[in-house]
Amino acid sequence: MGMGPRPLFYRRLRSPLHATRAGVGVLWALSLSAAVLLLYHPLALLALLCAVLCAGVGAGVGRGLARSMRAAAFLALPIVLVNVLVSRQGLTVFARLGDLGPFGQGDLTVEALAYGAVIALKVTVLLAVTTLASLAVDPDETLRILRRLSFRSALTASLATRMVPVLGADAQRLAEAQRTRPRGAPRGARARLAVLTAIISGSLDRALDVAATLEVRGFATARRAPRRPRPWSRHDIAFLASAAAILALAILARVSGAASFTAYPELRAHVGPATVALCVALGVAVILPFADRRGIDP
Amino acid sequence: MSEPLLRMQELTYTYPGAQQPALAHVNLEIHPGEFCLLAGLSGHGKSTLLRAACGLVPHFHGGRFSGRVTLAGLDTREHGPSRLGAFAGVLFQDPETQLVMGSVRAELALALESRGHGATAVARGVEEVALALGIDALLDRPTHELSGGEKQRVALGAALAGRPRIVLLDEPTSQLDPVAGDELIGLLRRLNQEWETTILLAEHRLERCLSACDRVIAMQHGAIASDSDPEAFLEWAGRSEPALQTPAAKLFALAGLHPAPAGVRQARARLRTHGALPEEAQPAVAPPKRRERRRRRTAAAAPALECRGLWHEIPRGPAILRGIELRLAPGESVALMGRNGAGKSTLLRHAAGLLQPTRGSVRCSGRVALLLQNPGDYFIHERVGAEASPAALAAAGLSARAERNPRDLSGGERQRLALAIVTDGASPPAVLALDEPTRGMDRSAKAGLALELRRRAATGQAVIIATHDPEFAAAVAERAVLLADGRVIADGSAAELLAGGWYFATETARILGGAGGALLPEQGAALIAGRLAAPAAEPAGQAPPAISPEAIR
Repeated sequence: MGMGPRPLFYRRLRSPLHATRAGVGVLWALSLSAAVLLLYHPLALLALLCAVLCAGVGAGVGRGLARSMRAAAFLALPIVLVNVLVSRQGLTVFARLGDLGPFGQGDLTVEALAYGAVIALKVTVLLAVTTLASLAVDPDETLRILRRLSFRSALTASLATRMVPVLGADAQRLAEAQRTRPRGAPRGARARLAVLTAIISGSLDRALDVAATLEVRGFATARRAPRRPRPWSRHDIAFLASAAAILALAILARVSGAASFTAYPELRAHVGPATVALCVALGVAVILPFADRRGIDP
Repeated sequence: MSEPLLRMQELTYTYPGAQQPALAHVNLEIHPGEFCLLAGLSGHGKSTLLRAACGLVPHFHGGRFSGRVTLAGLDTREHGPSRLGAFAGVLFQDPETQLVMGSVRAELALALESRGHGATAVARGVEEVALALGIDALLDRPTHELSGGEKQRVALGAALAGRPRIVLLDEPTSQLDPVAGDELIGLLRRLNQEWETTILLAEHRLERCLSACDRVIAMQHGAIASDSDPEAFLEWAGRSEPALQTPAAKLFALAGLHPAPAGVRQARARLRTHGALPEEAQPAVAPPKRRERRRRRTAAAAPALECRGLWHEIPRGPAILRGIELRLAPGESVALMGRNGAGKSTLLRHAAGLLQPTRGSVRCSGRVALLLQNPGDYFIHERVGAEASPAALAAAGLSARAERNPRDLSGGERQRLALAIVTDGASPPAVLALDEPTRGMDRSAKAGLALELRRRAATGQAVIIATHDPEFAAAVAERAVLLADGRVIADGSAAELLAGGWYFATETARILGGAGGALLPEQGAALIAGRLAAPAAEPAGQAPPAISPEAIR
């Protein structure tokens, strides 16, 4: 049966990030993630989010990123809500829910709302970075690097990644078969449990087949993957420099206070030329490696 | 003679929990450079023998093992499959479970890397095996995007990457279309001839590979029943196990000609020697489409199934079906053929209402029962009796199995149970649609299914079967529809369509060049017999004799 393109899986596209060696791609994503974790200033986080989205477009995976942003929107709302309801910090009360028994006074504060929004923004940017990396950094090459450290763990991770769509297709096939029964798919908790058992049983059968394949391919006697010498491309160098710049800017901002932000007890965010400069510099550092599109063909 | 590469001495093996041994007193020697075909009905020990050869039996499966197996001088009791994998490449039936990495390059490299080869050796090994198998263009493709045939080639590449001395293959063509299947067998022959790679291949469709092999090992009840060259094997099969006879051998036996041929080329040469080779049929004069329109005008007013301008388009993806026009009369049997990805399964899903057309319409006069490829997907209960009504089980001949677990049934029984499940109901379905029902089935089980489908068609149910198996299509269908790229490219009588091609044609039709529209050995034998009796009076294009129920056995 025909299937459409799967937007959430790695595919070698024509982009500078795809053309970069996996090790550097991972470092670049880690550096971006570290910057997200170090910075709390909403403007800096927004600058990073915009830059990552632009990078996604530059890498040709804008559609996949858009899908993950929709998922992030579903995550963001509960984060903000939970923080507002749970946090007892902040001075500016905007709603009083009264006495909540063991939870104390239900005072909702603007500071808790703002802090929740910042955390949600951080989660959103982290999700965008993770999605970008998973769509544009070769997982096999990444796992190959990890296999040098721990062969079996890395191969298991690789296998899990590979088997997710296969098992998904198995489950879909089984559900389809049930729909073709004359009375339709069985209903009720017991019937659902029976279908689930059949899916698990099918997965175990498949796992056994995969295990047999691995056995005959030498899994039990496996050794460390060899180091694969490869000349450094312009994109490797550009992304490595970008990773270093992003991390340096984040540390500098943190140390200098150019992007300081505190939510409690009351909101304080430093906004000045230094903050704007930091935001621009972060954006440029993220996007610049995508400008050079020479030698990006697979 | 050289030392055997694989040697089995008095091998007897019983799976854990089983009462009967799967292999009994097997003695076998395979020498370097041989191309051996492993024949036998389902459940007679072919797969177990292959697993014993690579050490999966007993190391992976457990069970009781006696006797001795050595591969390249290594005793399989002392060396596990990972160690033996350096000498034996293994290819199983399902390509989906044999690809473990995300890209083709990584897949081919894995076996070499895990055996400790250096970076240069890995890179060279990957390039060489990709070039040898013609998959170099796939190297940077993600494995989940490959077609079934491409996946099987990549899996073969992964098995060959370490340059094993023997390749063990367990029904590698069962999930491939005829074109991809023939390509794979051709590839094995080339590996064998050019690099002296030893091949041990288990296969049900013997006609596909018999002409390529040097030796056939036939298994019955876990023991080796015959071990000889292809011609002697066919003689043995004719006497002892007719279900293993190829259509060509059956054709010769019925026509009273000896010895049986191993393939089409040999059969044609022998018929020519006997002066019994009919003239090849000429291509049809009228374009099939016009003939179909004419047929449709005269067909019954109320079709069992009608697709009108049916399109299936994937959002931001390709069109899988492109304006399909198809009409099935009640009681009509239609074989739907075409390469993998041609749109056959999608069309059947539309017929059963599992998919909605993006354009066009599908109309049915009643319920459409759809039997999907894997019968096991229907089983969700622990008892056969819980899966379908007693009446349906009785009709399928499974009443005696009501207390058994569905997963313990044989291949043929599983298929019958799945058919009972989808056709169970207050009233019989108007249309019975089957998606690749003979995948992995031996000839005897196929014959049983063909009989059942013909019985159902005789009761007025329209039957539509997506299949890659021209022999099965010829045995069941009176009409054949060829799909390519989501379009109907040919639609006509089975005799017309399955007699006039290379790939989508039966072996009998290929031997006789489509003469007389003969598809089955019985029809072909009648044609040859007539020619032997009166060669001058034989007109090309004479009507084939009617198919008797025995003809499909």
